Amino acid sequence: MIWALLILPASLGLFCLLSRSSSLCRYLLVISAFYHSAMVVFLAFHRELVPSSKWMGLDDAGFLFLCITSLLFSGAAIYTFGYLKAEGDSPIKDMEEHFFFKNSHNAVFVGCMLFFLATMTLVTVSQHLGLMWVAIEATTLSSAPLIYYHRHHRSLEAVWKYILICSVGIALAMLGNFFIVVAGTNIDGAGPLMALDDLLRHAPELNPAWMKAAFVLCLVGYGTKMGLAPMHNWLPDAHSEAPSSISALLSGALLNCAFLVLLRIHTVMIAAGLGDTSRMLFVLLGLVSLAFAAVFIIGQKDFKRMLAYSSVEHMGIIALGLGIGGMGITGGLFHAVNHSLIKGMLFMTAGNIMAAHHTKTIADVKGLIYTRPLTAMLWLAGGLAIVGMPPFGTFLSELTILGAMVDSGHFFVAGAYLLSLGIIFAAFTAKVMPMIFSPPLNPQQVSPGKKENSPQAEKEPLWSIAPLALFGLLSFVLGIYMPPWLSGLLDEISHSLGGQ
Amino acid sequence: MNTIFNFLVILLILLNFRLISSSRLTPCIHILIIQAIILSGVAWMTHHGHMSLHLYFMLAVNVLLKAVVLPWMLTRVVQKNIVARELDPFVGYTPSLIIGAVLLGVSVLISRPLSLSHTLVEDLFLPVSLFTLLSGLFMIIARKKAITQVLGYMVMENGIYTFGVAMAIHEPFIVELSVLLDVFVAVLIMGVAIFHISREFNHIDTDRLSLLRDL
Repeated sequence: MIWALLILPASLGLFCLLSRSSSLCRYLLVISAFYHSAMVVFLAFHRELVPSSKWMGLDDAGFLFLCITSLLFSGAAIYTFGYLKAEGDSPIKDMEEHFFFKNSHNAVFVGCMLFFLATMTLVTVSQHLGLMWVAIEATTLSSAPLIYYHRHHRSLEAVWKYILICSVGIALAMLGNFFIVVAGTNIDGAGPLMALDDLLRHAPELNPAWMKAAFVLCLVGYGTKMGLAPMHNWLPDAHSEAPSSISALLSGALLNCAFLVLLRIHTVMIAAGLGDTSRMLFVLLGLVSLAFAAVFIIGQKDFKRMLAYSSVEHMGIIALGLGIGGMGITGGLFHAVNHSLIKGMLFMTAGNIMAAHHTKTIADVKGLIYTRPLTAMLWLAGGLAIVGMPPFGTFLSELTILGAMVDSGHFFVAGAYLLSLGIIFAAFTAKVMPMIFSPPLNPQQVSPGKKENSPQAEKEPLWSIAPLALFGLLSFVLGIYMPPWLSGLLDEISHSLGGQ
Repeated sequence: MNTIFNFLVILLILLNFRLISSSRLTPCIHILIIQAIILSGVAWMTHHGHMSLHLYFMLAVNVLLKAVVLPWMLTRVVQKNIVARELDPFVGYTPSLIIGAVLLGVSVLISRPLSLSHTLVEDLFLPVSLFTLLSGLFMIIARKKAITQVLGYMVMENGIYTFGVAMAIHEPFIVELSVLLDVFVAVLIMGVAIFHISREFNHIDTDRLSLLRDL
């Protein structure tokens, strides 16, 4: 069952790489995305059919993140289908520096996207720290060509930073894995401990000094991948230069996968009686991320980079929720769900705006509501949702985390959290609102060189609206109605982490 | 046995110093080859007496990848780009040596509280693996050329591998093999990226990859 989830995207990806046919690949992408989602839905009803081995299994946390990944990928696949068709094969003019560049071949792009799906699925289903490491590193490698889709120097710079920083981070995480093995070597009757089950069973006997060192290394390593500040440097560059659907996947699915691995190591730490250490480190990194994001969102001129820093912020919030404990864990997990939906929607909306206005600069986008009404509505809804306005799900999850902080008496943390959220709220809305509502430039005011950039009202294609609207709607629904199966799932995970 | 171990360990330390103080790229690649061979030799010696077919296979793959395939790829990158040496790095070569000595001290200090009493191997191994790791990191930070950064990454990887060998960590076969595969593909992709960088910019200095930033 699990194997089908892994092998199908991977083999279709390989087929795409070999076939070199653009149109065929586009269809294959959508087909395998839907197949993947259908399998996940089937698994949701037949969880007991999944055999759990030492290597792989489908526990609650893994299943939650598998659902998010699959849903987001389906949306991104539809968007990419239209996007690739619209991009065409001819050289494209760069929107910032006005030179011409080519895209990499669509077959390569689609093939890597399917590999990316397979590797992310592998992260969610693996129950073995070594396998998880392999899977996370594989996500880096399979997504690198996706970031370098537009072949020009900026995306090249982004992809270089992405590979180098993430690989170095992940290498540190491997040392962390080794430390965990060392922490478990003196236990009688147990071989090298790397499978989660074994680790949890023998957790009280693990050597605390080695475990703490291991956790720090893993936190730095996987935290790099998750985008926690101050290891987040690759994130704004990669997110701003990648095609929009890829940014959506990176932000909504990949960061979550890295978080899932940290969550799993956190469970081991709790079982080993070292939960306080890991919680403290999560809170610390969470606050640092929030502070970094707040500072960089204020002065941001580029809306895709702004969204990227917002991802840093939300990863910080999730880490904070996990670190605070209690209801905070449920809140953090729920926040991960909401963040994925909304960020997926926002990044792809940003792609629509770029297609219409040929710019990434906030100041150059005006009067979106007049030229692209549907995109403007989505941008508005997403902007409100991401800063945590009711009635969206983010409001609920951020409030839950705040409640957990106050309950547990972390007043300083709560204060810093509220302050950063307030700053981000103000900065974000001050940037998003003028893009939508300010009057559009008159043709006379536009300088001659920029004339071609002034957008005309055009019909917006369905592929660029429907998946995004679905994500927005889902997040809206989650804000007012929590389906019992989801709350059950969140509670189960939270219980396994000692929450309420 | 112990004498040979200590000899190899000290050789590893000296090789690291040679790496961070050398400006020429080809000797650096040669040092990487020597490191890979020494590490495989050490791994063979740690498991001496209970070698299985699977261990032999892993060692063979390891030597093949780290001492033959990857160095060959890197040499090709060096030749294609006609960069023989790393001129004016961020940190000069004499300061680099001093920093290297400091790093060695730091790694000895770090590894003191982490006791290794339960292994067969000499206590020197943990500091050496940490030192190798740190000197790799230092190379990534202090050098400009993309190719030197890749070398640094491989040195880091070697440091981690040293630790695995020292602790006699048997990861399951599949994992070990996939780790090697991942490292291989990572270096491969970095190599391809270097080709693109040199074509796009006519150089491979990463300090000039500085368009994307916020401050």
